[in-house]
Amino acid sequence: MRIGLIGQPNCGKSTLFNQIAGYKAETGNFSGTTVTFTESQVRVLGDVVDVVDLPGTYTLAGSNPAEREVIKYLTSNEVDVVVNVLDASNLAHGLAMTIELLELEIPMVIALNMMDEADRLGIRIDVRALEEIFGLAVIPMIASKGRGIQPLFTKAYSIGHENRLATRPRYSNDVEQALEVLAKNLGDVESHLNTRALAIKLLEGDEAIIADATSQKPKLADDLKTIKNGLQHQRGRSIDWIIIGERNNLADQIASQVIKQGKRNITFRDRLDDILLHPWLGYVFLIAILYLFFQAVYILGGLIEAPLMDLFAQVETWVISLVGDGDGFFTQILVGLIQGVSGGVAIVLPYLVPFLIGLGLLEDIGYLPRVAFLMDALMHKIGLHGKSIVPFILGFGCNVPAIMSTRILEDKRERFISAALSTLVPCAARLAVVFGLVAFYLGPVLALGIYLFDLFVIALTARILSRLVPDTSPGLILEMPVYRVPTVRTVLNKAWWRVREFIVEAWPLLIVGSVVLAILNYINVAVYLNGLLRPLSWILGLPYEVGVPLIFGVLRKELSLVMLGQALGSMDFSTVLTPVQMITYAVFVVFYIPCLATMVAIKKELGRKAMYQIVALTTLIAALAGLVARGFAEIIF
Amino acid sequence: MKLLDAPKGVEVKIIDYLGGKGVGLKLRQLGLAPGKKVKVLRHAPLEGPIMVEVEGRSIAIGRGIAAHVKVGDL
Repeated sequence: MRIGLIGQPNCGKSTLFNQIAGYKAETGNFSGTTVTFTESQVRVLGDVVDVVDLPGTYTLAGSNPAEREVIKYLTSNEVDVVVNVLDASNLAHGLAMTIELLELEIPMVIALNMMDEADRLGIRIDVRALEEIFGLAVIPMIASKGRGIQPLFTKAYSIGHENRLATRPRYSNDVEQALEVLAKNLGDVESHLNTRALAIKLLEGDEAIIADATSQKPKLADDLKTIKNGLQHQRGRSIDWIIIGERNNLADQIASQVIKQGKRNITFRDRLDDILLHPWLGYVFLIAILYLFFQAVYILGGLIEAPLMDLFAQVETWVISLVGDGDGFFTQILVGLIQGVSGGVAIVLPYLVPFLIGLGLLEDIGYLPRVAFLMDALMHKIGLHGKSIVPFILGFGCNVPAIMSTRILEDKRERFISAALSTLVPCAARLAVVFGLVAFYLGPVLALGIYLFDLFVIALTARILSRLVPDTSPGLILEMPVYRVPTVRTVLNKAWWRVREFIVEAWPLLIVGSVVLAILNYINVAVYLNGLLRPLSWILGLPYEVGVPLIFGVLRKELSLVMLGQALGSMDFSTVLTPVQMITYAVFVVFYIPCLATMVAIKKELGRKAMYQIVALTTLIAALAGLVARGFAEIIF
Repeated sequence: MKLLDAPKGVEVKIIDYLGGKGVGLKLRQLGLAPGKKVKVLRHAPLEGPIMVEVEGRSIAIGRGIAAHVKVGDL
């Protein structure tokens, strides 16, 4: 048996799912789309059932990919019973989608979530009355506190088994008549929807469904037009709004029947936005919160990374002494293997885990939409929207979580540009190169200069990219959820699922790549690699030997500094590089090709094509920026 | 009057949408349907979005969209 969880954004659906889902829950995509769902096995009354957490949507009107996939999935016979999660503090709004779900005629249970929130707002809901109106079970609950979850799933289980249907909603007479006429005209048009639901969707103007039905029965287009015109004429308003209006009216009507409004408790939370979204205090808090977040992750990461890297260095020495053939083939491969493993550990444990937990906290508290509100105006200046600031900031720690966080952006264009820009943000590993080379030998002012130059290049690239890929979205429309105390379980589960993705997909590649490079090094292809990159190193005025460290740097950016010392034969860079070369090299390393783990993250989030485009783009930017830096450095030295 | 020009803290009623179906649909999905009462809570600085309250929920709306919503007195 499979139970589908469905509800509008911010109704607490994911909290409910996380309360029951185990660590083995799988995240998947609907085939051919970026629309994701999460699935987990749960034990109900001694039986194992699948629970699917479907993406949150406001309606099922087919106005975006998530809505189209959800409606297809719900009517595909894959789901035995639907749990419609409603926010009790916001009932009328949620009921509009409940009515839409009832049209589909699938067994259903209502989870009336956030009863505590409704209490706080003085909203009393007559649950029995609601059950009677719809003819289905309504279970009051508080998912964040684990209350009502067991009765909910027990009920869902039995209704799924009985295949019991609820009363379907009835609209105004004129609409019902139009639906009846249309249903008769449908004849043998095949659809995953029942006849009535199909007629509703056609009348409502769901483009994909209209295209499918009229391709089966071309005559239908005319019939539909006649019926629509008739209804529009009667009502004196556009057909687009008639069906939605019917649902909204019905929802408002039902809500007013079952709700008794009492006294509202105004608390600190209701006043929080007055501070956090204050015209200037809001920005002070924004900077402070992001700075603290960044610092916490960075410091925590450093604390974990140092002993871990020491440990791996010891293992490496120990393995080398154990094999005992010095620079022999096996030792080289083993060292490559250890470096691949440690590279993954060094990225994942210290930085990715705290980052994802922190991001999950900001997300579940409800702060991220506020960041979008505050930053929208500023980000518009470089052709982006407010939310794009998030991946951008995360990039300073590590580009991998930055790429992963582009998920919070709805628009594909926005995601691509934000991902491309966040790979240009110097992460902690590149910080090591800039500090180790420029700050150490030439002073902190020049290192800071490189950072400012980097920000300038990012803004410039944003301007150019947003011109090349024009913005088609009409602008920001975003619900600001009520601030909530996040549940530990939800935050940890979400972080774990994302870390697991990295472990499964990027880490093996890091290990294989590391071993391959070790082999290449052993059979002495360094000469060829250096030769291959000679045109580049020549233009930038860099030594012949930088080819190998730059290629290793793709695995892990800090290797481009460590290996540079090995390649040039001295770790005292002032004896082997001129100041101009140091600056040029550091600038090139800051911009060129994102590291392998980042590339895998891009491929996962945005697809292979986007990955190649970003690799090509960053290489081009790195070469140009390197040239500019070289020219500038020639002048000052 | 446009929603964009509605003064802060005053409750107004949505009358209609100007412009395409897409914007209207998204606004309706979030509960900003014609006939509903809305109140502008705050304006973000630097020509940023506005934040409105409808049925106890807060919604941020970009200026471009707010300019396409016709509102009137209650």
